[in-house]
Amino acid sequence: MANRPTRDTSRLLMDQSVPGRVGVVLPESDVPFQQLPDGSLLRAELDLPEVSEPEVVNYFTALSQLNFSIDTNFYPLGSCTMKYNPKINDEVAFLPGFAGIHPLQPAEQSQGALELLYRLQGFLGEITGLNAVSLATLAGAHGEFAGMLMIRAYHLAKGDTARRKVAIPDSAHGTNPASAAMAGFEVVELASDENGNVDMEALQEVAGPDLAGVMITLPSTLGLFDTNIVDVCAVVHEAGGLVYGDGANMNALLGRVKLGELGFDVAHLNLHKTFSTPHGGGGPGAGPVCVGDTLAPFLPAPVVVSDIPGNNGGTDDNTTYALAEPENTIGKMSGFHGNFGVLVRAYTYIRTLGADGMREISGNAVLNANYVMQGLKDAYHLPYDRTCMHEAVFSADWQKSRGVSGLEIAKRLLDYGFHSPTLYFPMIVPEALMIEPTESETLETLDSFIQAMRDIDREVTENPDLVRHAPHTTPVSRLDEATAARQPDLRWKRQTS
Amino acid sequence: MTISRQLHPQTGQSETGTSGSGLTVTGKAHFQSHYIPNTLDEQKKVLSAIGLSSIDELFHDIPESFRNPSLNLPGPLSELEIQQELTALASRNRSLNSGPSFLGAGSYHHFIPAIVKALVTRGEFLTAYTPYQAEASQGTLQVIFEFQSLVCNLFGMEVANAGMYDNATALAEGALMACRVTKRNKVVLSQTLSPAYEQVIRTYCQAQGIETTTASPEYLNIDDEAACLVVQYPNFFGYIEDLGAQSETAHDHGALIVVSTDTTALGMFNPPGHFGVDIVTAEGQPLGIPASFGGPYVGLFATKEEYIRQMPSRLSGRTVDSNGNTGYVLTLQTREQHIRRERATSNICTNEALYALAATVYLAAMGKQGMRQVAELCYQKAHYAAAKIAELPGYSLAINGTFFQEFLVKCPTSPVEVNRRLLERGILGGLDVSDKIPSGLLLCVTEMNSRDNIDALVSALSEVS
Repeated sequence: MANRPTRDTSRLLMDQSVPGRVGVVLPESDVPFQQLPDGSLLRAELDLPEVSEPEVVNYFTALSQLNFSIDTNFYPLGSCTMKYNPKINDEVAFLPGFAGIHPLQPAEQSQGALELLYRLQGFLGEITGLNAVSLATLAGAHGEFAGMLMIRAYHLAKGDTARRKVAIPDSAHGTNPASAAMAGFEVVELASDENGNVDMEALQEVAGPDLAGVMITLPSTLGLFDTNIVDVCAVVHEAGGLVYGDGANMNALLGRVKLGELGFDVAHLNLHKTFSTPHGGGGPGAGPVCVGDTLAPFLPAPVVVSDIPGNNGGTDDNTTYALAEPENTIGKMSGFHGNFGVLVRAYTYIRTLGADGMREISGNAVLNANYVMQGLKDAYHLPYDRTCMHEAVFSADWQKSRGVSGLEIAKRLLDYGFHSPTLYFPMIVPEALMIEPTESETLETLDSFIQAMRDIDREVTENPDLVRHAPHTTPVSRLDEATAARQPDLRWKRQTS
Repeated sequence: MTISRQLHPQTGQSETGTSGSGLTVTGKAHFQSHYIPNTLDEQKKVLSAIGLSSIDELFHDIPESFRNPSLNLPGPLSELEIQQELTALASRNRSLNSGPSFLGAGSYHHFIPAIVKALVTRGEFLTAYTPYQAEASQGTLQVIFEFQSLVCNLFGMEVANAGMYDNATALAEGALMACRVTKRNKVVLSQTLSPAYEQVIRTYCQAQGIETTTASPEYLNIDDEAACLVVQYPNFFGYIEDLGAQSETAHDHGALIVVSTDTTALGMFNPPGHFGVDIVTAEGQPLGIPASFGGPYVGLFATKEEYIRQMPSRLSGRTVDSNGNTGYVLTLQTREQHIRRERATSNICTNEALYALAATVYLAAMGKQGMRQVAELCYQKAHYAAAKIAELPGYSLAINGTFFQEFLVKCPTSPVEVNRRLLERGILGGLDVSDKIPSGLLLCVTEMNSRDNIDALVSALSEVS
């Protein structure tokens, strides 16, 4: 790496520790001494580092420099929507009136926060066409779990106890079947047809009195808009089931179509993808659930409601906001009211862009993905040669036949300074390389990425070992994952001499 | 109150006065966002490169009758206007620093060293994805390894994961894990568990046919069908229970014991691992994370090595690269949803990595001495406050026992009224728990409360009777 950090990161905090060093100076107690509890209740030792403040800052700063990130690298990780994360969103989330408020303080003392949440519920309901929204779920998979619990509760409320199955396409994210299973359902896999759509015959077969619902990702993880989607919803509804929408790929659809109008009954959104909140190296996210009228009473608690005194003709000067529990709620999903700091950022993003901006996002995200697809489809095998949505899914099987795998190509990209695409997913495409450029990249960046991918294809022929042993320029080379799993080493341990 | 009103998007602010919305009205003009580099000319260039003539053609797979729906959102705002709007909204909330605050109950007001924010807002941490490509993510992976190590040390446990959404969900996943380990389907919840945690556990357990029952912390009516006993240490009311006895009782019945603990208290009190417990969770929020109206936080989760393959969420493991250098990877991923799908230990994917980083920086900076000091400051101040309040006519401590930074006060009048009167004096009071303990008010005192704050609270309380 060109900017290899100068500070040492080879020693863990506990090994840097020197007895007597402190990283924080705290005030003395200003109250009269209070008797400590019996010594038997107190811990004998506390193995935490003893390091000074500069050491902490140096160490973590040097660690940060070992990462690829959106701010430093093009990050075309498919299905992850690694777009620019606006700095103003972070700034407002840190305002004392947002970051410094207690979740249990009286509603009168948090009206600004509640109004923001209320408006955000409205925005997300409008964007999805599923007008009742709970913001209480903390990540995409958490929203899926809530959605599955709602579908279960809906059928049970009708006295229908036979609906034990949820059908999920073979191209789905692993969270879908895992969430359905956590909600007590049996998972049935749905095949995709030769165009990458849900196979209608396979769907007809499972659409019976034991079907609780289906989980559909739109566009699919193949980066394709399922042209059967309206029929899919109709078949499922006809059989008495409900349709769940995984909103991981909503970046393609903002302002272009509403899931509720297509026939979806419930969907979650990943605010850390579509709505630009920073992914933080693996969270925090937020996965609000949006539902139509049938499922509204079942939403997870709490939701934010408004109360206009005297219903005075729409002037909202006196409107107050409160947390409420939906009538037949599936219950609480998290400790408080959702990942508020993330919700503030998403609100700010939507407010900054407005309706026109939403369409600009989807339009440019899809345009950029098609540009990359066009630029690479003679060099890499494109299994579904259709207009793609926000991402293009290639197969590296042409390169594989020349002896170099998709994994090795992905690793070689790191040497060019680009983060790898999503690899070997969806599972139905062999050697899959899933590329999502997003709307926030310049054409210059896309051109250099296309050039890098083409250069690597040439290297596969001319210098295959160079690719096979990549990466060569990262802080570490290829890591031994097998030993890591066989002999797990998961924490610092004191060296015994 | 019904939820039907939210059906109407509350657009709130005026839609006039911005150039963006002005252009929208004409319906033709192009909105050039500062977040999107492509200009109209560039769009045309790309369209012609891919053989299309309009952006709309890219969406021809969407059935025409559903394409381009109306989208009723307020017009775009400039950054200047956004700052003003959000500042105005924020100003309508009372922040914990704006006056004395004595509210805890799962979210705590603690000092946060400046370096925590400085480090977690570094773009290299903030804008990275989950570390799936290890060679490009060594920073995040090593931080997670540090986090796992320090959580183990704090809890006195053998293995910790990379974090859960929050403590409530960590505890619920702990209960589910105990059911997998014991192959039993009953979860016994202590009556002194936080009501919010109890509700979340019930939500998580309901669909899998897992029964939940409650038990008093002293007389644990646990039987040989229980998968686990779930307790809180210190308990919801701030008091230290006999975790050793509880652990023994659970184990006598072949059940596991799952403990929700408080990270600050562990600066001085025995760690749960000291009592041979099986699963420990905690809210990471006290470790350098702002209260932020309840999130994002991070759930800490640790267990014994023997149960590691039933553990939810990510793990970072230390290994070597092809040149023999130390490096870190996500490991034991066959437990996880992206490999195991419906047979995974949990559906969790994105967790709270950035706040695991915040907790790690906090623990590094506070260190061995700082954690002890802050625990003792909370203890000293809370006990000073409790003693003063107990002297007031009409007030008493509801529980006789060892507490940490929270304690339960019986008030001479309804806690709602007490809190209202406190707020009139600029003081944020405690949590009304009169539904559990008659006239019960749960107060929390931390290092953030000066003696003057506490004296002001005592004085204000003395005027309410």
